[in-house]
Amino acid sequence: MKVNRTIEEINEKIKYGKVVVFTAEEIIEVIREKGVEEAASQVDVVTTGTFGPMCSSGAFLNVGHPKPRIKLNEVTLNGVEAYSGIAAVDLYIGATALPKNDPANRNYPGDFSYGGGHVIEDLVAGKEIHLEGRAYGTDCYPRKKYETLFRLEEINEAILYNPRNAYQNYNVAVNLGQKTIYTYMGILKSNLGNANYSSAGQLSPLFNDPLLKTIGIGTRIFLGGGIGYVAWHGTQHNPSAERLENGTPRFPAATLALIGDLKQMQPRWLRGLSYLGYGATLQVGLGVPIPILNEEIMGYCAVSDADLQAPVIDYSNAYPNRESDNLGHVSYAELRSGTIMVQGKQMPTASLSSYAGAREIAATLKTWIEKGSFSLTSPAAALPSVEAGIKFKPMPDRDPEGQEG
Amino acid sequence: MTRKKIVLRFPPHVVEQPVIYHLIKDYNLMVNILRADINPRKEGRLMMELSGEDADYRRAVQWLKKQELKIINLEQQISWSEERCTHCGACTVICPTAALNFERPAMTVRFEEDKCIICELCLRACPARAMEALAENANGR
Repeated sequence: MKVNRTIEEINEKIKYGKVVVFTAEEIIEVIREKGVEEAASQVDVVTTGTFGPMCSSGAFLNVGHPKPRIKLNEVTLNGVEAYSGIAAVDLYIGATALPKNDPANRNYPGDFSYGGGHVIEDLVAGKEIHLEGRAYGTDCYPRKKYETLFRLEEINEAILYNPRNAYQNYNVAVNLGQKTIYTYMGILKSNLGNANYSSAGQLSPLFNDPLLKTIGIGTRIFLGGGIGYVAWHGTQHNPSAERLENGTPRFPAATLALIGDLKQMQPRWLRGLSYLGYGATLQVGLGVPIPILNEEIMGYCAVSDADLQAPVIDYSNAYPNRESDNLGHVSYAELRSGTIMVQGKQMPTASLSSYAGAREIAATLKTWIEKGSFSLTSPAAALPSVEAGIKFKPMPDRDPEGQEG
Repeated sequence: MTRKKIVLRFPPHVVEQPVIYHLIKDYNLMVNILRADINPRKEGRLMMELSGEDADYRRAVQWLKKQELKIINLEQQISWSEERCTHCGACTVICPTAALNFERPAMTVRFEEDKCIICELCLRACPARAMEALAENANGR
């Protein structure tokens, strides 16, 4: 290859303000004009972004000890249940956690107006959080009840740890049924009334490094308006999904587990959401820089929405019942145009992931790098890619009472 | 010339009066009904656009008030919080009149109040809860 660039060289350029950065949206035109090789020789970094609902998100908190001490056994934050099955005053608040007395879908479709995602947004916004804890009491941790108010800055640690973010591609959800359904993909009107999708497409991190050649464990990223890192591959990571010639998958594929200090993040990019009839979740803003190490990496960044495909899935039957059939594929260019055609029927599309947000994140990360406040990291280890041969598994189905599976 | 969108709330005892007939015949107004929810012996709601001469419109409003009908101006019954909005677009396929729509290529959500018929579907369709209804609105929630 003619271009060979190292992360160290890029960081030197960042240090001296000489780095050349484009967003994944801007670079498409640059490559069209100059070709991959010339673009690769001139551009050091391409920034990506995405701002979508990501249920597999949450935060570890250490809230400190009261006097006398307590080993929290049951705990709520603003009424929302947090997990306390770890050390005495360590907690995990998950994005989809609900208040104990939430009517959920008993009043269908449920509102889910406040959940774990909202607690995280309120924490980051610096609001006072109401903690109520119970314990069984031990010799070392005698207290059985504790109630207090606290703010993010007053506790020891708050670490955003999201087990699965940044899905590489996602389903387009439609409804073939006769009644409106309420899903994590939004409200889906009957008889193919609308199609909802959730990816930033050409701006999305894992569409621009489809085979994970640069993104690895320890990659420094934009997370929730602050700095974060790739911790691991995400849950349900499935790099083995069928791919197009450009390397991008035709189905949901790779995922990332992300980590970062919540205390330096912004509520603007961590937003509590309420999905009617489904539940509460968190909208996470994240952006990954892609170091242009050579022409091959630049070639991957050339993809535009027209080159990316998503499967159309029926959420009235196929999805809930784990049927494998899909209704064909559409491109992100079609999705973003506002209408798609499925089974001869034209329907309006809506995104759950904010393209405007993704664009702003990629632009922000670009500015950080240009200004020298954000440097790139070399991954400590690679993430499993296609050659790992990962097989995506459903839940095992064995009768615990029976003799044979 | 006046052109206004209003919501009329009918107390149960006037539900059976031919109000629209009078608006047209006696006050020379053009009536465009946007939404109606009228049931015998129950409170009714009628959302419509009225247009006509200023003087006629004023006289019609006075007459409506005399009939014990409650008149609510439709403007600003539903508000969009730009700060809460994350510009996803989930509302745009739910809004029946495209008052909430997507601006391309900016890919940002836009709320055109004059197209809104206060169906309130957006209130719960918006995951970020960026849409709000005023306390005393057309549906009287």
